[in-house]
Amino acid sequence: MIRIESVTKRYPDGTVAVDRLSLEIPDRSITVLVGPSGCGKTTTLRMINRMVEPSEGTILLDGQDIQRQPVTTLRRSMGYVIQNAGLFQHRTIVDNIATVPRMLGWGRQKARARAAELMERVGLDAALAKRYPYQLSGGQQQRVGVARALAADPPVLLMDEPFSAVDPVVRKGLQDELLRIQDELGKTIVFVTHDIDEAIKLGTMVAVLRTGGHLAQYAPPAELLAGPADAFVEDFLGGDRGIRRLSFFPSGALELTAGPVIPLDATAEQIAAPDAPFLLVTDADGRPLGWSEPGDLAAGDIRPDRLLSHGRPFVPGTDSLRVALDCAVLSPTGWAVAVDTDGKVTGVVSQQTIGEAIRSAHAAGRAHDEVAG
Amino acid sequence: MNVLHFAGAFFSDSAHWHGYDGIPARLGEHARYTLQALLLATAIGLPVGLVTGHYGRGGNALSLVATAGRALPSFGLLVLMTTLLGFGMLPVMIPLVVLAVPPILVTTYEAMRSVDPAPVDAARGMGMHESRILFQVELPAALPLVLSGLRSAAIQIVSTATIAAYVSLGGLGRYIVDGLYQRDYEKVVGGATLVAVLALVTLALFWAVARISVSPGVRRR
Repeated sequence: MIRIESVTKRYPDGTVAVDRLSLEIPDRSITVLVGPSGCGKTTTLRMINRMVEPSEGTILLDGQDIQRQPVTTLRRSMGYVIQNAGLFQHRTIVDNIATVPRMLGWGRQKARARAAELMERVGLDAALAKRYPYQLSGGQQQRVGVARALAADPPVLLMDEPFSAVDPVVRKGLQDELLRIQDELGKTIVFVTHDIDEAIKLGTMVAVLRTGGHLAQYAPPAELLAGPADAFVEDFLGGDRGIRRLSFFPSGALELTAGPVIPLDATAEQIAAPDAPFLLVTDADGRPLGWSEPGDLAAGDIRPDRLLSHGRPFVPGTDSLRVALDCAVLSPTGWAVAVDTDGKVTGVVSQQTIGEAIRSAHAAGRAHDEVAG
Repeated sequence: MNVLHFAGAFFSDSAHWHGYDGIPARLGEHARYTLQALLLATAIGLPVGLVTGHYGRGGNALSLVATAGRALPSFGLLVLMTTLLGFGMLPVMIPLVVLAVPPILVTTYEAMRSVDPAPVDAARGMGMHESRILFQVELPAALPLVLSGLRSAAIQIVSTATIAAYVSLGGLGRYIVDGLYQRDYEKVVGGATLVAVLALVTLALFWAVARISVSPGVRRR
């Protein structure tokens, strides 16, 4: 565990970048430092690997003061990923990744083999191994940056706005990749960003810092969205807090109904039986085709092109309540379509039912807080 | 008679291809002076440029030294040094080195300063030692510019090394100085042509060195 104990960074000109900051960074989880520019988030990160030395206070790594060991030893035990990757332009991709193992005295063969393994782990094509950084896209370069930081298998990973220079689509891919890698490797990651959505998506714990290097709130993202500590945090979180918080509620408990679901070759009875304003028609494999009012359907002659779009379906259990609600809101009938991982319809659910699920999830959350508090 | 005739006459005269005053001997002397002066200037300018560039300090002092070095007239310095030290190699080497240090020093400093700071930050953050950062991160990226500094120093030495002949040493300047004195313009033009050719050869050599030593990742080709 990394413990930051009332650390202050004051520059010779009197500016205070970080002001008596205390944080406990739990092992094997992603802790995000987020805040507006000038809030000292990068300075805090750089104090952990002593790229910046604190003016006051101590930082403990597994109970040991980080000042106690040689600075290069400390840094080699921590992966370091920066914005724009900072790759060595004169080295091939594989040699970039092999940098730290080579520094630690590994043989060339072993280091390259390790680099090849990491390229695969971060989703880089092996054909890129002999290329030079300038031949790669920004997103690929950033993947190399992550692979290079992971090369010597350090327990700690420090990431300083690693994804802020790539476009939103690539950024989303990199974020998903990081979460997947973290699932596999379980590193202690400290991640700096100015993007609150990125913080909420990636963070196990999120530390919101305000200008002048003060800690405004330190909490898991769901808690942050549910109860911002003050006006600054609330403002920084932005709008739609309630909706965004739904991302943390699973949709597995939603009560689905299969009543209004009929096959393409439905009989007149099947069309008449459900007492529903809309029916969902599925194809022979059980995949959704579209919605229709029962009165517009003729048995034996259901025309798929005449149906209303079924919108985007959600997967109960995998997707969150936010996705389910979004599907219901986007659906022309107000009903969300639930499918299994193969895309087969497992049922439909109304906005009303989702609303009830949200209310009970909130109630459960409050009960949990009361027990915990 | 024009310049081409002079040159043609000079190079077709077989007497100019043998002996201590022959073209091969004079070329060899000239190349030796150039190499000696370049090595000395590099030994002084390169380490200072690399270290000051790495730490980003002393830029003002450097440009002061460089300006002073450039302001000194080579020929004047040669005469002064010969007066002080007598005839010999040293009074020739001093002006040549003084001439060559500024371009090496200033270009190396600028080359190191212009290296992208991100890889340097990354290298430091992963626990690389400063000397390794200098030689394995900054220098490979700065190499094309560093070589261009060495190249312009070398070209300047090649053309200026002709002054060695004024203080009774050899080199291609011999033809120019003797030719002017003897009013033998064939010799003057021939010597000047050889200096120009040697300068071009130097350019080609540096091109080849850059080709071999600069990583394709930095050359971007």
